Amino acid sequence: MSSGTSGEWPLWEVFVRGRRGLSHTHAGSLHAPDAEMALRSARDLYTRRSEGVSIWVVPSNRITASSPDEKDPFFEPAADKPYRHPTFYEIPEGVRHL
Amino acid sequence: MAADAEAYQTVFDAALAADERIEPRDWMPDEYRASLVRQMAQHAHSEIIGMQPEANWISRAPSLRRKAILMAKVQDEAGHGLYLYSAAETLGTSRDELLDKLHSGRQKYSSIFNYPTLTWADVGVIGWLVDGAAITNQVPLCRCSYGPYARAMVRICKEESFHQRQGFELLLALSRGTEAQRAMAQDAVDRWWWPSLMMFGPPDEASAHSAQSMAWKIKRHSNDELRQRFVDICVPQAEALGLTLPDPDLRWNEDRGHYDFGPIDWEEFRQVLRGNGPCNTQRISQRRRAHEEGAWVREAAAAYAAKHGEAGA
Repeated sequence: MSSGTSGEWPLWEVFVRGRRGLSHTHAGSLHAPDAEMALRSARDLYTRRSEGVSIWVVPSNRITASSPDEKDPFFEPAADKPYRHPTFYEIPEGVRHL
Repeated sequence: MAADAEAYQTVFDAALAADERIEPRDWMPDEYRASLVRQMAQHAHSEIIGMQPEANWISRAPSLRRKAILMAKVQDEAGHGLYLYSAAETLGTSRDELLDKLHSGRQKYSSIFNYPTLTWADVGVIGWLVDGAAITNQVPLCRCSYGPYARAMVRICKEESFHQRQGFELLLALSRGTEAQRAMAQDAVDRWWWPSLMMFGPPDEASAHSAQSMAWKIKRHSNDELRQRFVDICVPQAEALGLTLPDPDLRWNEDRGHYDFGPIDWEEFRQVLRGNGPCNTQRISQRRRAHEEGAWVREAAAAYAAKHGEAGA
């Protein structure tokens, strides 16, 4: 995103693991001068009600995204392969555990 | 080039029509972007400025329980401001720019925060009525067409319900207390009721941005519709509190299935918007001072990060 003007602190993306057994999910972003401060601010900002047991912070400008347009042909190769889904196959009635 | 723009517009319109969300890197009309920045910035600023009238009472809260609750609430308001600033920044503006525009008066915040908190009961009324009105406004924003705004609103709405309930409980304690406490609660309701109704903005026919915002699915209901919903919610709640709402015209209308209410003093609303409310000057000067006095902390933290070679920027 915008790297900002003057002395604005860099932007970090925050990922929170809600509880053990779940993966980290994106919670939001914040500005912080360094990783340690980003973690502390993320705790105060995104886990005030025990929403997390673990936090990742990543500088926003280090994230590489697939494409500027999220409806891009990048994902098209998957669109014409319905045979990758179990519902593609017809199974005679009565056959079980399949 | 013109054909391209047209194609982009078609994709954008189709996404809106299908009730899909627009995400930061999608193409969007310039006016849609500008309108969102304006609304989200104003919303974020309101959260941050809104900390002031309540923080005014932290040091004078009547018990440790009330003090802890109030501090948690004011901290939440800061958090809400930060969620919204981050969401606004996905549209290409920067935090510095947003704060700059707040401090110089080029972006607005909700006019409700230009009223003073004169007594402890005001803390209760802010929770019950001001946060109540905010929730009525904000719940539909959870389905707003712009993804980051909608997601921020989901978090905020979850947290707001504590704000409203603590305010209601605080008022209930006062209204069931001594005669002086009850009178204090009633006085606060009398002062905040009409400004709370103004929080929904001007009547539909006079609202500059409403129609376009609804077409873009940023806004889902009109100002008057939300205001009516709020009035209908509040009347029975006021009865439960044993307090009255200061409107002689307030009565149930069987035909409409809603409460009728008296005329709103829009001239007062315009005056407060124009900067002539009781606390406009104080709110902005306090915000500027806080920002300036925090400068050395921001600089020191940045210097520390630079010295230790942290790669952030």
